[in-house]
Amino acid sequence: MKLFKKITASNLFYNFLRDPMAIGSATVLLFLLVASFGAPLFTSHNPYDQTTIDIMDAELPPIWTGAADADSRFLLGTDPQGRDMLSTMLYGMRVSVLIGAGAVVLQSLIGIIIGLIAGYKGGRLEALLMRLADVQLSFSTYMVAIFISAVFQGIFGMGVYSDYALGLLILVIGFAEWPQYARTVRASVMAEKNKEYVEAARVIGLPQRRIMFRHILPNTMTPVLVISTVQMANAIMSEAALSFIGLGMPPSQPSLGSLIKSGFDYIASGSWWISLFPGIALVVLILSINLLGDWLRDYLNPKLYKD
Amino acid sequence: MFAFIIRRTLQAVFVMLVISVIGFAIKQSVGDPVREITGISVSVAERDALRDKLGLNDSFPVQWLRFVKGALHGDLGNSFKYKKPAVQVILSKAPATLELVITTSLLVVLLSIPIGIYAAIHSKSWWARLAMGGSIIGVSIPVFLTAILLIYVFAVWLQWLPSFGRGELVEIFPGWKSGFFTWNGLAHLLLPTVSLTSIMLPLFIRLIRAEMTETLQTEYVKYARARGLRESRILYVHAFKNTLLPVITVGGVQLGTLIAFTILTETVFQWGGMGSMFIKAVEDADTSLMVAYLVFVGLIFVVVNTVVDVIYGYVNPMIRTGGGK
Repeated sequence: MKLFKKITASNLFYNFLRDPMAIGSATVLLFLLVASFGAPLFTSHNPYDQTTIDIMDAELPPIWTGAADADSRFLLGTDPQGRDMLSTMLYGMRVSVLIGAGAVVLQSLIGIIIGLIAGYKGGRLEALLMRLADVQLSFSTYMVAIFISAVFQGIFGMGVYSDYALGLLILVIGFAEWPQYARTVRASVMAEKNKEYVEAARVIGLPQRRIMFRHILPNTMTPVLVISTVQMANAIMSEAALSFIGLGMPPSQPSLGSLIKSGFDYIASGSWWISLFPGIALVVLILSINLLGDWLRDYLNPKLYKD
Repeated sequence: MFAFIIRRTLQAVFVMLVISVIGFAIKQSVGDPVREITGISVSVAERDALRDKLGLNDSFPVQWLRFVKGALHGDLGNSFKYKKPAVQVILSKAPATLELVITTSLLVVLLSIPIGIYAAIHSKSWWARLAMGGSIIGVSIPVFLTAILLIYVFAVWLQWLPSFGRGELVEIFPGWKSGFFTWNGLAHLLLPTVSLTSIMLPLFIRLIRAEMTETLQTEYVKYARARGLRESRILYVHAFKNTLLPVITVGGVQLGTLIAFTILTETVFQWGGMGSMFIKAVEDADTSLMVAYLVFVGLIFVVVNTVVDVIYGYVNPMIRTGGGK
């Protein structure tokens, strides 16, 4: 209750309530999250339950199209395996969000630790770590993610890869995007470390680790929060891209990206709904996160490390 | 300046060496060359003899040196699917990707600069808001989704444009088959270029607007105004010049993103370039071709980024005196 009061009394919340764009995108995002994580409660079909799927139901159009084979059981039609589009989409969005969140947690962990050490210790170690981050960034996160997952698939084989796809994708995307965090955290650590409170802590004789993690780290959290929204959108997008080129989630555990892919194979025969609905869900999800991130950046306005 | 160029070149060589280690490690861990060469009927003793003859029992560094030596001579192994040297396969696919990249870059440069500047100067106008709103929607739509949508509307529904392949090609010089010179080839180029531009353009519009907005708040722009210079001269000569510098650097970095997006675009449009070749190589577990693509693309990135850095150091003395950081 005290926490609730603290939140509602904050400037951030006040500003939030006065920005219709922020409220709108937060509402949409919340709706999508509730719908996807509560999917078993809201949906009539379970796409993971093989016994309820009938291949004879494959590729049925949405019910409002008025086509002869539209089935009243399937509001948005069915996918090539006869699964209800709406249910599969919600379950798929859950997979996409899980991978996105997992990847962001992993990349922020790696990035914050590396950025903190590089920024605080300085010297050769900093030069090496930051050069590494620069080089990896110059290859672009997509490229790195595509390569690592291609290599993983080569090493483990396609069967094992798709069994552990969820965990592997979190690893791949998390590893591909850590430099963003490392650079942001390092830039704020550089600005913080010469301030008086850090000097005071050093004079008292606190151990380095304590100064780094308890004193400096909390003061670098604003830019981290801002880039986290963008990174979350990026991670979900990367996952969709990897799934689309066949390096992501297998058709049996579809994410939004692999649903779009399975629909693409049927686009020439006019089955537009299999790609379109997951596509819309993906775009709305990413857009609402991006808009929320834009608002947060404009409001908090941290000095982000550029170039 | 000379020392700066040397330092950057050494760095580039070092990065290429790291890439070669990664590439070689991939080659080592995926697939067994002896199994690829021999059939089932070959005995274990014969296999071991072949293993010795091919030098596969040497230590990792020795084999890696041999790999680098081969790479320097343009030999990155043979693609077992195409039965040809991997470098030859890549070079035959490169023109297709290059043409896509050239047309996209042209469109991005021609459109992003005026739109970005306009959005920075008239940030409150409706057109600027439309451009910025459009660009945030643009970055939120994955490139493959745009591509699928375009294919559905223009190829399946309206049937105006072709949905896959490169169409009629003309060989402009040996090894380079171009789609630029036939109407059919250009029609095939249209949809892939539009999809690729749709994702790259918003990135650059946002970047140019942000840089330009920042430049417009600097002291020297205020001073130029105080001197009574013409507004157009202040904007397009004084401010824009300094906007362009960071844009060039980021442009070099964004080349990586562009190449990654060609993989997606080429896969959707079955464009016969390096990107779709790479995805096929992954599906077929054609390790040599995968590694060759890694080294080739790595080389392009490193060369472009080094050249961009050197140009930047040439224009901006602060960079080259700053200890190379």
